[in-house]
Amino acid sequence: MHLFKAIRRLTLTITVSIGLSMSAMVQAADTIKVGILHSLSGTMAISETTLKDTMLMLIDEQNKKGGLLGKKLEPVVVDPASNWPLFAEKARGLLAKDKVAATFGCWTSVSRKSVLPVFEELNGLLFYPVQYEGEESSKNVFYTGAAPNQQAIPAVDYLMNDIGVKRWVLAGTDYVYPRTTNKILEAYLKSKGVKDADIMINYTPFGHSDWQSIVADIKKFGSAGKKTAVVSTINGDANVPFYKELGNQGISAESIPVVAFSVGEEELSGIDTKPLVGHLAAWNYFMSVEADVNEDFIEAWHKFIKNKKRVTNDPMEAHYIGFNMWVKAVEKAGTTDPSAVQQAIIGITVPNLSGGYSAMMPNHHITKPVLIGEIQDDGQFEIVWQTAGMVPGDAWSDFLPGSKDITADWQAPLSCGNYNVKTSKCSGQNY
Amino acid sequence: MSWLRLILLSLLLASPLSHASDNAIFDQGVERLKDSNFNIKLQGVEAIATSGHPDAARLLGHLLQGELFYRKQDQKLVIGIKDGRRYQIADALSAEALGIVKKRELEKIRLNNQLRGQIRSAIATLNLSNPDASVRLDGVNQLLDKPDPNAVDVVRKQLAKESDPAVIEAMRTLIALEDLKADDTTQVLAAIQQLSGDLRPAARNGLRYLAEQGADKQTTQAARKALAAIETKLQLNELTETLFFGLSLGSVLVLAAIGLAITFGVMGVINMAHGELIMLGAYTTYIVQLLMPNHIDFSLFVAVPAAFIVSGLVGIAIERGVIRFLYGRPLETLLATFGISLILQQLVRTAISAQNVAVENPSWMSGSLEINAVLSLTYNRLYIIFFALLVFIALQLVLKKTALGLQVRAVSQNRAMARAMGVRSAWVDAMTFGLGSGIAGIAGVALSQLTNVGPNLGQAYIIDSFMVVVFGGVGNLWGTLVAGMSLGVANKFIEPWAGAVLAKILMLVFIILFIQKRPRGLFPQKGRAVEG
Repeated sequence: MHLFKAIRRLTLTITVSIGLSMSAMVQAADTIKVGILHSLSGTMAISETTLKDTMLMLIDEQNKKGGLLGKKLEPVVVDPASNWPLFAEKARGLLAKDKVAATFGCWTSVSRKSVLPVFEELNGLLFYPVQYEGEESSKNVFYTGAAPNQQAIPAVDYLMNDIGVKRWVLAGTDYVYPRTTNKILEAYLKSKGVKDADIMINYTPFGHSDWQSIVADIKKFGSAGKKTAVVSTINGDANVPFYKELGNQGISAESIPVVAFSVGEEELSGIDTKPLVGHLAAWNYFMSVEADVNEDFIEAWHKFIKNKKRVTNDPMEAHYIGFNMWVKAVEKAGTTDPSAVQQAIIGITVPNLSGGYSAMMPNHHITKPVLIGEIQDDGQFEIVWQTAGMVPGDAWSDFLPGSKDITADWQAPLSCGNYNVKTSKCSGQNY
Repeated sequence: MSWLRLILLSLLLASPLSHASDNAIFDQGVERLKDSNFNIKLQGVEAIATSGHPDAARLLGHLLQGELFYRKQDQKLVIGIKDGRRYQIADALSAEALGIVKKRELEKIRLNNQLRGQIRSAIATLNLSNPDASVRLDGVNQLLDKPDPNAVDVVRKQLAKESDPAVIEAMRTLIALEDLKADDTTQVLAAIQQLSGDLRPAARNGLRYLAEQGADKQTTQAARKALAAIETKLQLNELTETLFFGLSLGSVLVLAAIGLAITFGVMGVINMAHGELIMLGAYTTYIVQLLMPNHIDFSLFVAVPAAFIVSGLVGIAIERGVIRFLYGRPLETLLATFGISLILQQLVRTAISAQNVAVENPSWMSGSLEINAVLSLTYNRLYIIFFALLVFIALQLVLKKTALGLQVRAVSQNRAMARAMGVRSAWVDAMTFGLGSGIAGIAGVALSQLTNVGPNLGQAYIIDSFMVVVFGGVGNLWGTLVAGMSLGVANKFIEPWAGAVLAKILMLVFIILFIQKRPRGLFPQKGRAVEG
């Protein structure tokens, strides 16, 4: 029987040692990887670098709280360099090679469109933090920025009802977000009885700097005796020369106010704000919001970035909300498996930074308050108006003929991002 | 608007007697300004405006300028004037100086648009009896933008006492606008007579309303006639305005291209890093402003030579380090300089910031020169047109009147012959490239006043620069000037009906067609140099 004993002991040792070595391996792989897909070089680095830092801070804080499911979170930062095809390539790397549990990233709509097929093919999770033109709902994307009905429409309502604006200039940069937003706004204004002659639409190239003729046109358009406002979807740094020209040609915020959807604290920091004072911006969050949770967030941000002058802005809040929703969903599902998290995250409610709660809806958009602020000379916003409650994001606009009848609902039994209510058909296309 | 009526009442009652008794209202109003609620602040403004206090207009003026603060320690209302990073404060009421304090000791009285509008009209009405004629004119002009029948009554009374012709004219317009609504036909006709030829939008709108909605045939006819006269005048003004816009855009193009006209045109080097040399000039302006934060008004005078030197030296370094090994190999030069442009961009991104930086406009570059009610020329554009011409003339003088210029021309026309005559062609190459680069730096200073200063600044101008040089004729500075100006003006005349995007495309198509027909540009070089 000695032989038997010996064999038994041997197998035991082998099992134990295998078990031990396996547990050592598990230890090494015992982190949850989180992908960060923001441009750190190229034109978009201006805006996106801050979001990368925000994500690093959020992950760091979560790790200090003990991580997630007993594991540490590990950020995987890649740089798609403001290059749209590179976005898709890097996304594939994150999903296939690094096997990240979720990805936070993209800024421009074109970069999101570029990575969308990759996330759908490899069943990843993308949290997209920027206001966009809507008309999309993917199974794999969570839109934590504003849809047009969470930014543009309430801003127009404010101008129409509170300021009494009768004539409208829709000015934008020439690409998909302003074009779609302006199409929605034009349809909305017409539904409110605004005549064609009272709407002026103008597009300019990216980085446009010679605003003389356009501002002169706006001035002429605004001198017809009716209150005029400019709704601006002018992107990024073209705004500075635009506002400068307004100031130089003597157009003040009281005579013709400009409400912008792409001008936030980050864009205002480091520029001469004198010509901008009094003009408006519509967002779902301002750094000047008075809420304890916001104070904490700003304090944590300053500590993390080691610079008291850095500002916080709306897309940062979107990442804050998106990240916390993902954490809660993973805890609820008990796993980071994308399919399980997709199911678990719908209905998850987390605090936002303006003192309320935001919820993830079945169409993968979230509920947010809409705030309108006036630019002050210190680059901050004075909040002049806000919606009474949370506004749910609408993936498919009610004001465009093509998308009026379409809804998105990723819960069973519908599970469709593009469901036509009239024909009761899911088009199957996810974008 | 009932409180406006109160202001007027207090004005009419000629205030000296009422000070003492109204002080309570005034003090209460001042107290309300400190409240964070805008509605209460609004009441405060109304109270101050109606109090008839002699300081009311001054105090509201400071409030509008954003100079009114309260001191945190004792809640005292003070006027703070920014002095570097600190504030010079003075008691808001007694104007007694209270020393210099840090920003954190003060709390600013914040405003919103509604308040600003109310303060402006309150000041306008208060200013109607100001001893200074220009202040009175401002007041009347404010009222022209926002007509108020009660204010018009005050204006009617003030008109008799008024001596300044400009103010009288503005007041008559204001009264005429009100008279358009009168029932008496002769009064309306007189008003139309007064308004005809007046370019102010208010006059136009008043007349248009009468022409479209008027009941009386005689008056509508007169209004229509007056409107037609105004329209003709307007068209002329619009033409002038577009021409100015075109020249201004053209001068920017000339500035950006003229350095390239030397490096590409005279030397034949395709320098893709030209845009980055412009960018370096703009960043030099930024750094100069950082170094002299209290003298922003003079910063540009320092920045122009500084940018010339910085970009010039970088240019010489590029020429000595890279380009001189690649003469006669245009494709390699193109690729190498493109690489340099990327390196310079990333260098700025790493060394300074990926973010755009703030370059301030000196006060003399802000605002506009008002020619009349519809035509005003912005100062920054006006100065840049002059500046571009100045740079052009200076460059012509350098090339035509100096020894360096002579050598540059000699080398560019016939290198071998020039060397045989004892010209150090390598040294001339370096200097020429440095000159062209330095001019690019100066262009950067000008551009920093118009557009964003960031790592990508140069990319926006490189295509335009090549376009202008090729269109004008390679190797010809006059060609660059004429090409830049004509492209600018043409662009601005197309823009109103084609839009900014299409205008640019049309310009490019035009140049492509033009180059097909005349490959050597507007002013082709003649003689044997062409073959070389």
